[in-house]
Amino acid sequence: MSSANTPEPQKRPGAPPKRGGVPPGRSGVVAGRLPWVLVVPAVLGLGFLVLPLAGLLIRAPWATLPSRLAEPQVLEALRLSLVTATVATAVCLVLGVPLAWLLARVSFPGRRVVRALVTVPLVLPPVVGGVALLLVLGRRGVAGQWLESAFGVSLPFTTAGVVVAEAFVAMPFLVISVEGALRGADQRFEEAAATLGASRWTVFRRVTLPLVMPGVVAGAVLCWARALGEFGATITFAGNFPGRTQTMPLAVYLALETEPEAAIVLSLVLLAVSVIILASLRDRWVSA
Amino acid sequence: MTLHARLVVRRPAFALDVTLEVAAGEVVALLGPNGAGKTTALRALAGLTGLSGGHVTLDGLPLHELPAERRPIGMVFQDYLLFPHLSALDNVAFGPRCQGRSKTAARRVAAELLERVGLAAQASVRPAGLSGGQAQRVALARALAVRPRLLLLDEPLAALDAHTRLEVRSQLRRHLAGFDGATVLVTHDPLDAMVLADRLVVIEDGAVVQEGSPADVARRPRTAYVARLVGLNLYQGLAEGHRVKVGELLLTAAERVDGPAFVAFSPGALALYRSRPDGSPRNLWQATIDGIERHGDNVRVHLEGPIAAFADVTPAAVADLDLSPGRLVWAGVKAAETHAYPA
Repeated sequence: MSSANTPEPQKRPGAPPKRGGVPPGRSGVVAGRLPWVLVVPAVLGLGFLVLPLAGLLIRAPWATLPSRLAEPQVLEALRLSLVTATVATAVCLVLGVPLAWLLARVSFPGRRVVRALVTVPLVLPPVVGGVALLLVLGRRGVAGQWLESAFGVSLPFTTAGVVVAEAFVAMPFLVISVEGALRGADQRFEEAAATLGASRWTVFRRVTLPLVMPGVVAGAVLCWARALGEFGATITFAGNFPGRTQTMPLAVYLALETEPEAAIVLSLVLLAVSVIILASLRDRWVSA
Repeated sequence: MTLHARLVVRRPAFALDVTLEVAAGEVVALLGPNGAGKTTALRALAGLTGLSGGHVTLDGLPLHELPAERRPIGMVFQDYLLFPHLSALDNVAFGPRCQGRSKTAARRVAAELLERVGLAAQASVRPAGLSGGQAQRVALARALAVRPRLLLLDEPLAALDAHTRLEVRSQLRRHLAGFDGATVLVTHDPLDAMVLADRLVVIEDGAVVQEGSPADVARRPRTAYVARLVGLNLYQGLAEGHRVKVGELLLTAAERVDGPAFVAFSPGALALYRSRPDGSPRNLWQATIDGIERHGDNVRVHLEGPIAAFADVTPAAVADLDLSPGRLVWAGVKAAETHAYPA
């Protein structure tokens, strides 16, 4: 080493970052003609998505709506739907959040396979999910036989069965949402907590969970919405017994054959719930 | 000595092997360029990065056998990492809570510490509402709240703007002076290191290249990196008495040294002349101007020649001497301002 003659570049922590060069007068730019090849399918697509909903609103029997909503069968189905979807969401939270944590924070052999397995119910046709649940938890199923002999519990065609079917279909939504939030969260906060003497459980409870709470809430809402609309797995695994397993979507399907107006009313209720969910998630998800 | 550590971390493209000894009450600064392994060393002390070899012993306790949460350490991170969902008070109370104190007791400890760093009024404020300097002090209070025996600070002032930095630096110095355990701080800023530390350990490429008191390191740099940090021209040569041979050039120094030696002089001591001056400077050579740049109120002139050097001159001198890149000048430095020490 013979010399030391290059000065250290001065570091200026307070200096503002260089601005990207935005040419002035950008708002006055003259746009070219819109390409019809894109605009026409876009408008058609929009109509395709919106018109059925509009049809629902147009055909709704607004005059008799209050009395129809007050009908015992409707109220019964609505109550059952809300209760089962909420319980299913609770089950998903209890099992799904730790599963998401495991996938995001603990490296174990076969983690990628497990992550893929978690998403299977997402792409599986719900009816197939229902059949699979019947094969495992049904009276003659592997786990079902054991449950019945050991505890006298039988899940198929019960309200608990509805919860199981809904949770099976909806849990991936929660796991994926929470795992995404965990991966996005700065893990160095967890390191900071560790240097302060926090055990891994304390770190999870007092640092990780609060940091990913928006993701947990978003996941829970999506999960709940999915559970509320669940049809295929529910009807396959839990059947269609009014007051016990007949949730709103099942009631809609049944009413369509006998009483189309009732089906429209029930559909309106589900539509309203969807809109409310969208509105509540607007800031977190839809605009993001 | 309370902390004895040999930190060996091996990664595919990087190897760290550093030995550290820190006494109780002593503040040691790990100084080095980016990527030298300073932060890795600190994380290894904290238990956040695993050791490939070596040991960490604190007051006879083998820390390297414990996970991070069981080590008696406190750590201040570069960007503080205050928990965004907790108030300043609860951030500081976090550690005592983890140590099993009741919520009330932990908050009492936290309130005392916030008081000590002058932030009693900000106790209920979330980190997002704190200024950079305040966040830094909360981070320090949080680290001290666990009553650590070893305090680790990673670039504690790097995230602050120049003005705040000055103030926070002197406060930090006071708090570190009041801490009775061992302190290791990491910085790439020589001024922070000089002001805050009792001893400097310079790390380059994962190894210790120089160690000593701030004054000693500043006066007698031993690597190009340190010389650049402290703003000195540094050369290595062969000394014989007051004469040191650096390449082809023979320099006369103030000190007597024999054998391999370093020679250093400050850029302010280097004078430039258009034509060969008579008499005074003992060390004189002809150089080509390689570049000119502003340096504070002065102008820094880069010189090529038998030895590469930089000289600090006034803007008036640049005009008078008509200095411009490519021009040939005479460079001179007095023997009294040329310092030699054994390599």
